[in-house]
Amino acid sequence: MAIEIQREKAQEPVGRGPGAPRPARPWWMRPAIHTGLIGAVLGYLLGHWLGNFLASGYQQISTADENDMAIVLGYALATVGWLAGMGVFNDLIRQMLGRPLRTGEEEAEAASGLARYFRFSLDHKVVGMQYLVGMIIYFLVGGLFAMAIRTELLSPTYHVLSSSAYLMVVGEHGTMMIMMMSSIILGPFGNYFVPLMIGAKRVAFPRIEALSFWLTPAAFLILLSGVLFGGFPTGWTGYAPLSIQATQGMDAYAVAFGLMGCSLILAGFNIIVTVINYRAPGMRWSRLPIFVWSMAATSFLMVLAAPVLVGGMYMMLTDRTAQTAFFTHDLGGSTYLYQNLFWFFGHPEVYILALPGFGIVLELLPVFCRKPLFGYRVAAAGMIGVTLLSFFVWQHHLFVSGINPAMRPLFMLTTELISIPTGFIFLVAMGTFWKAKIRFTVPMLFALGMLFNFLIGGVTGVFLSDVPADTTEHGSFFSMAHFHYTIMGALIFAFMAGIYYWLPKMMGIKLNQTLGKIHFWTMFLFFNSTFLPLFAVGLLGQPRRVFEYARQLQTLNDWVSISAFLLGGSILIFVINFVWSAVIVREREEGNPWRSRGLEWQVASPPPPENFARIPVVLSAPYEYGVPDAPPVADLNPPVGVVASALNHVTAGAPS
Amino acid sequence: MTAASEAGQPAVPAPGRPEPRHGLRIFLIWLVASAIADPLIWFLLGPHMPPGAMSSSAAHQQTTINVMAVMSVPVMLFVLVYSGYALVVWRHREGDEEDGPPIHGNARISATWIVATAVIVLGLFVYGTVELIAPAGAGAGEGPTPIWKPGGTPLQVQVIAQQWVFTYRYPQFGGVETPQLVLPEGQFVQFNVTSLDVIHSWWAYQLGVKADANPDVNNVAYTKPGQLGTFRVRCAELCGLWHGAMTNVGYVVTAAQFQSWATATETRLAAVTKNLPPYSTTYDANAISTLGKVPTELGMNGAGGGFYGPQVPVQP
Repeated sequence: MAIEIQREKAQEPVGRGPGAPRPARPWWMRPAIHTGLIGAVLGYLLGHWLGNFLASGYQQISTADENDMAIVLGYALATVGWLAGMGVFNDLIRQMLGRPLRTGEEEAEAASGLARYFRFSLDHKVVGMQYLVGMIIYFLVGGLFAMAIRTELLSPTYHVLSSSAYLMVVGEHGTMMIMMMSSIILGPFGNYFVPLMIGAKRVAFPRIEALSFWLTPAAFLILLSGVLFGGFPTGWTGYAPLSIQATQGMDAYAVAFGLMGCSLILAGFNIIVTVINYRAPGMRWSRLPIFVWSMAATSFLMVLAAPVLVGGMYMMLTDRTAQTAFFTHDLGGSTYLYQNLFWFFGHPEVYILALPGFGIVLELLPVFCRKPLFGYRVAAAGMIGVTLLSFFVWQHHLFVSGINPAMRPLFMLTTELISIPTGFIFLVAMGTFWKAKIRFTVPMLFALGMLFNFLIGGVTGVFLSDVPADTTEHGSFFSMAHFHYTIMGALIFAFMAGIYYWLPKMMGIKLNQTLGKIHFWTMFLFFNSTFLPLFAVGLLGQPRRVFEYARQLQTLNDWVSISAFLLGGSILIFVINFVWSAVIVREREEGNPWRSRGLEWQVASPPPPENFARIPVVLSAPYEYGVPDAPPVADLNPPVGVVASALNHVTAGAPS
Repeated sequence: MTAASEAGQPAVPAPGRPEPRHGLRIFLIWLVASAIADPLIWFLLGPHMPPGAMSSSAAHQQTTINVMAVMSVPVMLFVLVYSGYALVVWRHREGDEEDGPPIHGNARISATWIVATAVIVLGLFVYGTVELIAPAGAGAGEGPTPIWKPGGTPLQVQVIAQQWVFTYRYPQFGGVETPQLVLPEGQFVQFNVTSLDVIHSWWAYQLGVKADANPDVNNVAYTKPGQLGTFRVRCAELCGLWHGAMTNVGYVVTAAQFQSWATATETRLAAVTKNLPPYSTTYDANAISTLGKVPTELGMNGAGGGFYGPQVPVQP
């Protein structure tokens, strides 16, 4: 009894102080996107003036006619102004002034209607929807850049884009996709469903969670603003000294990537604390949905790896503005320092992109196989193994760089070892297929497509881990095709599976299944016909990021380009389906269309504001399909006193 | 795909008939598919596998890629055959609303899988390490202090990368710098790869050599050309505006031809060589301006000197 009261209280938003609620202001006075934009413009102007004030006397600035200091400070203060305009700091200031924080009533008022999606909302479901729409927009913009790349590569010699425009497009595409897509699953589905799946009413740090989202539009716009300066010539890796040599567009890259790094740290931190501390009674680690395991593992990667990226970007910025020499060999720096910093983040980053995909696919397989997950512990162990090992493999990106040859066998070993825990995922998936009753729904098709693509992506990764083979493959289209298989083929397919599976829950609407099937088959076909030939193109000697290539490779490249345009058309089918089903038709979806045992499906669609009327008591694991007399997954309205007994008893069916 | 066609339609077994032995069927289909695929890869595709066998390192890379293909194709086939079989045989049938059998796992199968993948992975690691050490670093750049070296005295060739051209210096021939790369057949070559500005990567495709060109670092790679002919050189690390056009052609000639070419070039370019900074494994920023002029003096168009001087990147 006593325990229950404490738990319920712990889940209330903290800091509800005394004091009368203040009168509501008209909508345009309250912080939202428009005030944020005003703040951003003011901040940029202030920062730009400050930079000119500080640094205009530098010799190289007066000769080169570019003041990186003004631009970087402009970006930095624009971000602060954007966040201040959005009202991110309001609660902080109220607390410092001893004034009452936002009350529940105020929050409820802000959380009604469409307007809440344009505000700094503390509801994890609103943040999840914000992330979902934001990530789709970022993905589409990055995809348009990819279309431009393939247009240029239609011909080995004729140029649609100038060489500088081509590099700009390559850099924007790569950076947009790698850095913004880091959150494509954790942002929408992680923030939305982790509390629902662990039986919590809210996340641990709603303000941090919301801040992590509102940093992403800032990062996105700053990265895009690089186009105004002619882009940056380094691709998404930003290797020094090319990045030190580059013009102002590089500042956009470094500031945007740094901001996104901060967003990843904040988002991950919130998820970790939520998973550890906010599980409902009875939600033991052995009952945690596998998707939550993957979110926790991803979050640990984010929190541990992203700070290194932020540090690297900071050093690049000081090299560019304050003339430090971290990456200049003559002056005591090292170009290898940047490569080490970047890949120490960069390799965990690719698992930040891969693990959420594993999580969604393994979460979906039991539902559509109508069987328990095969080897739940193996799956969780695989994710933890990948998480740990991913910090020890980064130098396989530097096999031909001339760094530390003695370390090569070690990094070859660690890289190849990581295929063992990755193999666990396939073992679990294949075990779940055994004598199952497989239903080919649209989410299941995307999950199967993800497994197929990741199989190819994973096996070609073993080729790249081997130093002799890598000597030919490194820096060629082979490695480019490999990571498109693991990111586009796995992460984006899993994201699509998640959308078709969970959007009915998030919006309470049905997605058109026929359009969904057309979307899947076109995407699967054209994805493979785009990227499979690129392995051959790479092995035949075409380096990455070139705008001219050997004439005998034109047929293959044209085939790839045409497939890529068709793949773009397939994504368009998705957009049409999304808008058609979610905005125009809006056919209601009630209840549990997939007959899933997941806790998130036991509440209404869309879930009520506080998720659960009372904290549920979890009674059994979420994947007990076909288990005779398995208890329901949770008691959603536990009688008083049951919480305490569930905490004390270990057996699954404790409450009678 | 194989599974789909060969498994046919083993519908739900009629009552009274024993359940077919799915595991055995999958194993047999996989065995046949692998027994067909592997020889095809090794004997048909293998001899044509990039990067060819023009040098010792290229030949070792070709063998390594073939071995890894022969190892990995059965693994992929196993996953595909099993999954294809499962998707066909255990698909949901109209009107069947029951759940599947509640199998939570199988320790023996899991352990077998883990041991099998571990054995494959460790085998590949041992093989990869042997292939790295045996051909003197496998053609990859080993940095300033290489640890896997060939015996004897290799021919020294310095590769100087700059935006956006490669030039070559032959220290054993008076330190002459030329835009042509000519190598003798049958002798180990030591490439000393360095850069004057940003990071490039020197990729001699048919030779199977790739080494990043870092400013102020000497990155050493070895290979032994084994066939006469031409090979293509490209830059494999994004280095700015004309990265895509940073390419040239090299030649492997007989030892005698090489001697005469090298001595003739040494005499022909003596006047240019006199103006060069003395040969060194790396060049500091002050030498860059003289070195950078050489391509222009040698009559090369485009890059070289004009774009890049000691003023960029900005030194405080």
